[in-house]
Amino acid sequence: MGLEKFKDRNVGIQQYKVVEHEAFPKSNAQKFARVMKRMVKGELFVGLWVTLRTMYQALFQDDMHTVKYPFEKLPISPRYRAIHEMLRLLESGHYRCIGCGLCEKICISDCIKIDTKYDENQRKEVTEYTINFGRCIFCGYCAEVCPELAIVHGGRYETSSQQRASFSIFEDMLTPIDALSSQKEYPGFGAVSPNADDNIKKTPLAY
Amino acid sequence: MDAIIIETIIKAIIVLSVIAALAGFGTFIERKVLAFMQRRLGPMHVGPFGLLQLAADGIKLFTKEDIIPQHANRLIFMIAPIITAATAFIALAAVPLLPEFTLFGYTVHPIVADLNVGILFILGAMASGLYGPLLAGMAQANKWGIIGSARTAILFMSYEVVTGLSLLAPIMLVGSLSLIDFNNAQSGGIGEWMVWQQPLAFILFLIAGFAETNRTPFDLLEHEAEVVSGYATEYSGMRWGMFFIGEYANMITIGFMASLIFFGGFNDLGFIPGFLAIILKVSFFFFLMLWVRASWPHVRPDQLMWLCWKVLMPIALLNVLITGLVMMV
Repeated sequence: MGLEKFKDRNVGIQQYKVVEHEAFPKSNAQKFARVMKRMVKGELFVGLWVTLRTMYQALFQDDMHTVKYPFEKLPISPRYRAIHEMLRLLESGHYRCIGCGLCEKICISDCIKIDTKYDENQRKEVTEYTINFGRCIFCGYCAEVCPELAIVHGGRYETSSQQRASFSIFEDMLTPIDALSSQKEYPGFGAVSPNADDNIKKTPLAY
Repeated sequence: MDAIIIETIIKAIIVLSVIAALAGFGTFIERKVLAFMQRRLGPMHVGPFGLLQLAADGIKLFTKEDIIPQHANRLIFMIAPIITAATAFIALAAVPLLPEFTLFGYTVHPIVADLNVGILFILGAMASGLYGPLLAGMAQANKWGIIGSARTAILFMSYEVVTGLSLLAPIMLVGSLSLIDFNNAQSGGIGEWMVWQQPLAFILFLIAGFAETNRTPFDLLEHEAEVVSGYATEYSGMRWGMFFIGEYANMITIGFMASLIFFGGFNDLGFIPGFLAIILKVSFFFFLMLWVRASWPHVRPDQLMWLCWKVLMPIALLNVLITGLVMMV
């Protein structure tokens, strides 16, 4: 299944076909006629043909529907809310988080813990940042509230764990510095919309 | 005399082991074919293409605990699967499996016992195989088992009639009950196949054969969606496996019978030698059973009896009558 098909949630425009039912036979003659028609029509052989064609397509035309899951994965929606990621600034490579604490404040399941201090340049430095994934309900508020697009949701959805509470620390979620060039923006909640430039209007100053 | 006895025992052992192995292999083929027809892969991970799944399943069946339910009739419960498996192989005794061949200067007839009443023997042995499900369902003190054995009784009463009557017309034409005579009567190539003379009898025999082996349009005995597992509900381990092996051996027997009686048996087919021809024919009938299982829904017990007594049996009788008239004229 392609990603386009997956994202198409507009069910209203699909091509539905109405199945035509023939009238139920009333007299015995009509019943007999229906039996004879069904006998001659060979619908059973249509059924056989359908399964044989499916087998041919599956074997020789690469139409096998099995996904060998641990080795192959289906694409997920880019807006899917899985394990969080911490992004870096593309120019400097420094992490984007400014330590404002909004995510900790808005988190409705109270699973984010952030601690900051001023570094030598009087900038906020994140000293401690953990997310308790045992509590997190992946609502996406933290990504939505973040003013710097620093905390976003990634696509890592295999989150089974042997412990009830499993924490993740800042460094684990942060984009590795050598993978900076492949860092992707999150298009979900809180992200800039694709047509953001078109929506910009001049500030009405001339009253 | 001693030589014949030893030869027969050797042949019986070979037939038993080869057909039992093929029946096991048949389960693998069934899972694969059904999977492909449903766009799945089937068993994949045990061995190349999942071929060793067979061994894994066999080990599992052998090592599972042999549970006998508390209120079951122990003796009958233990004997029933043996009846199914044994009769399936007994039926194979009168089936010529391959053409004659010479091994170390000794002519081998690949048939355990060339009876002059071969077809009657096969039908009788396969019919008594239905006692397995019947007794199993009644002995296990389980309501699903009772329903399963009631359905077996329905099957038993209905389809044996059609099997016998459908084969009666070809038997009249050939004038013998031996499958070897049937084979020799069709030695003149595709044009002499019995199916061209008796197409109706072939269709009737095929339908009855599907019912006889509990294959899908008529698999009411253990239809999971309705009666959990029918007569096999309380069975586990190797006793359940014996039912399974018996069913697949019966499928192979029906394949052999259809090929021998209607499709020219093991006569040479153009450039294809006889032994390969019969293997191809039986494989096709085996595949047909799996194909039908993937394609068609199954019928209700009342539809089964309706089909048998009101449609198939009159057609079979008419077929016998018309064949007789044509032979007299």
